[in-house]
Amino acid sequence: MNNTVRVGWMSALAVATLVSIGVGGCKAPKDGGAAGETSTKATQNLDVKAIKVGEFSSMTGETATFGQESDAGIQYALAEINGAGGIEVAGKKYPVTVELQDDQSKPEEAKTVAVKFASDADIVAVLGEVASSRSKTAAPEYQRAGIPMISPSSTNPDVTKVGDYIFRVCFIDPFQGYIMAKFAKDELKLSNVAVLRDPSQDYSVGLADAFIKEFTAMGGKIATDVSYKASDSDFRSQLGQVKTANADGVFIPGYYGEVGTIARQAREIGIKAPLMGGDGWDSSELVKGAGGPGGALEGSYFSTHYSASETSKRVQDFVAAYKKAKGKEPAALVAQGYDAMMILADAIKRAGSLERAKIRQALADTKDYDAVTGRITLDENRNANKSGVVVQIKGDKFVYTKTIEPKN
Amino acid sequence: MDQFLQILINGIQLGSVYVLIALGYTMVYGVLRLINFAHSDVFMVGSFVGFYACGWLKVTAQKTVFAGLVQLLPVLLIAMAACVLLGLVIERFAYRPLRRAPRLTALITAIGVSLFIEGAAQLPFVFGVNPKFYPEILPSGPDSTIQAGGITISKHQLVMVVVSAILVAVLWYIVQKTKMGKAMRAVSHDFDAAGLMGIPTDNVIAFTFSIGAALAAAGGVLFGGLTFKSLLPLMGVQMGLKAFVAAVVGGIGSIPGAMLGGLLMGISESFIKGAPHIKFGATDFDPSRWTDAVAFLILILVLLIRPAGLLGKNTPEKV
Repeated sequence: MNNTVRVGWMSALAVATLVSIGVGGCKAPKDGGAAGETSTKATQNLDVKAIKVGEFSSMTGETATFGQESDAGIQYALAEINGAGGIEVAGKKYPVTVELQDDQSKPEEAKTVAVKFASDADIVAVLGEVASSRSKTAAPEYQRAGIPMISPSSTNPDVTKVGDYIFRVCFIDPFQGYIMAKFAKDELKLSNVAVLRDPSQDYSVGLADAFIKEFTAMGGKIATDVSYKASDSDFRSQLGQVKTANADGVFIPGYYGEVGTIARQAREIGIKAPLMGGDGWDSSELVKGAGGPGGALEGSYFSTHYSASETSKRVQDFVAAYKKAKGKEPAALVAQGYDAMMILADAIKRAGSLERAKIRQALADTKDYDAVTGRITLDENRNANKSGVVVQIKGDKFVYTKTIEPKN
Repeated sequence: MDQFLQILINGIQLGSVYVLIALGYTMVYGVLRLINFAHSDVFMVGSFVGFYACGWLKVTAQKTVFAGLVQLLPVLLIAMAACVLLGLVIERFAYRPLRRAPRLTALITAIGVSLFIEGAAQLPFVFGVNPKFYPEILPSGPDSTIQAGGITISKHQLVMVVVSAILVAVLWYIVQKTKMGKAMRAVSHDFDAAGLMGIPTDNVIAFTFSIGAALAAAGGVLFGGLTFKSLLPLMGVQMGLKAFVAAVVGGIGSIPGAMLGGLLMGISESFIKGAPHIKFGATDFDPSRWTDAVAFLILILVLLIRPAGLLGKNTPEKV
């Protein structure tokens, strides 16, 4: 046999292996589990001294600040709950413990953690994930085991469609797309907007589609719709198309890690149109990537769940208390992590039991809960029905600009 | 036409980083018949060392490109020196003990080293997991671009391509004109015979590793400093994979092949990203979603037609 032929095949094999390692975990879960499926529910240990909650989060990896901020919020809520003696269930106070597992910002790791939590008989409910792709990959395991899962901030609609045990305490992308479309049309008076999306992220695709649908329904035009990959280094080729299309605004529903790079390259090739994004931008690292305060993202807008500079009393009280305890302003994901934990605590109290099925029911019944990120009612699809805000980037601050109410 | 040239320029710039990394894969393969998977992580480490070097050297935004280049040079040298050291350590402790072991053992070890570096880099006291960004080494913004007709060339892109070209020229000189280069070529031609002729093969291999690591480090600094890209401990995976494909397409083991493959990868990627939507009636096909698919399609086609790669030598098996 010819030696080089073998080398060729070996190389191809090696590449194929690497590729499968790289993208293996991104498949959409097919085993969604119909709502109400009960056949494989895991057994639960109710004879416990403390209420154990699982948390899976991206503490490391590409979107590490998301996981860390979310966790900070959960820990802050936990301290508040345990400071008051724990949660009262059927006349007895239980302290709460949270077991944190890192999924390294990888969907396949989120799945591994889910399998582990699902077999833990002490866990009453699970909090996580921030990113939609990871929530979606892990959710079927919790659904199968019958453990309620609350995502603090996954906005892709498919996440809670997995089953009746999967909840979230944030709005979903169709609404987020509406927020930015409405803001672009009514406030910025834009009419020809370009969209840049990352097709490997469920979040990015969902939000891009929602924005396009709402914006065209309002009479706007989409100049062009191009794709990029977060790990790419060169976005100039796609941005060249945006420039040629003469867009008067650019919507980039990506995550903070790549948005700064895109913004700098956009400004460099002479795109002056305002840049817009979604809650994936909401990180203290965002502005650093755009060349620091006053850099390429200065004056850009994005939609998010809450802003620390909102003037309402509930937000200001929370911000003041958090600042006093931790010495810095709570980011949006901190507030959402906090809300997720508090809503869970509230549901456990109302359920009057540690049984997972009863907690699930209580969660589903959550109505007009006065959370930091807004008044939350969980609708029949287990999504939070609440308002959203648009903030503007000024220096390294995200300045509250406008609140957009739910459509109906 | 303008758009065509613009995309071509972007592609050459992207390709120049692939070339720098691909050379490391190809040279190590040339002397050892080993695919050094840890190479992509050397690139990552180089990028991070450059970032810290910027901090030590107090790199700040400069007015002119020349002043920027003056601060870029020491950053490059520090990163390259650090990675040469890393390359030597990897070679000495991971690969040298396996010199006589089956090839598969070394390959698995390479993957292990790669995972080890990636894992270690994510520790909070090493590089940590938060994305890091280079300060402005060269002046950026709209003023730092050159307009030629309808084409915009940023000086960053220009510097990147020129620095890469200089490094490749230096490499060519070393390989073709120096005694060590001759030894490298001899080892690559026939490892055992070279040893019998009195060539210190271990030294030659260590030297090859250090050159490859230095080039990868330079690529890392150019990538981090001039594309504004965030630095993450896993950033090497994507770049390394593309560069590896480039090396295989060009013909692994062949230095001109790695250059050709790298440029080909960069340019094809750029064209796919910049291609307009194709509409078949109601279906809207967006080519920019298929960049990676096209890269691997090229790989498959090349391997089917020329199994040794574009410039690889089709050597018959020695018995």
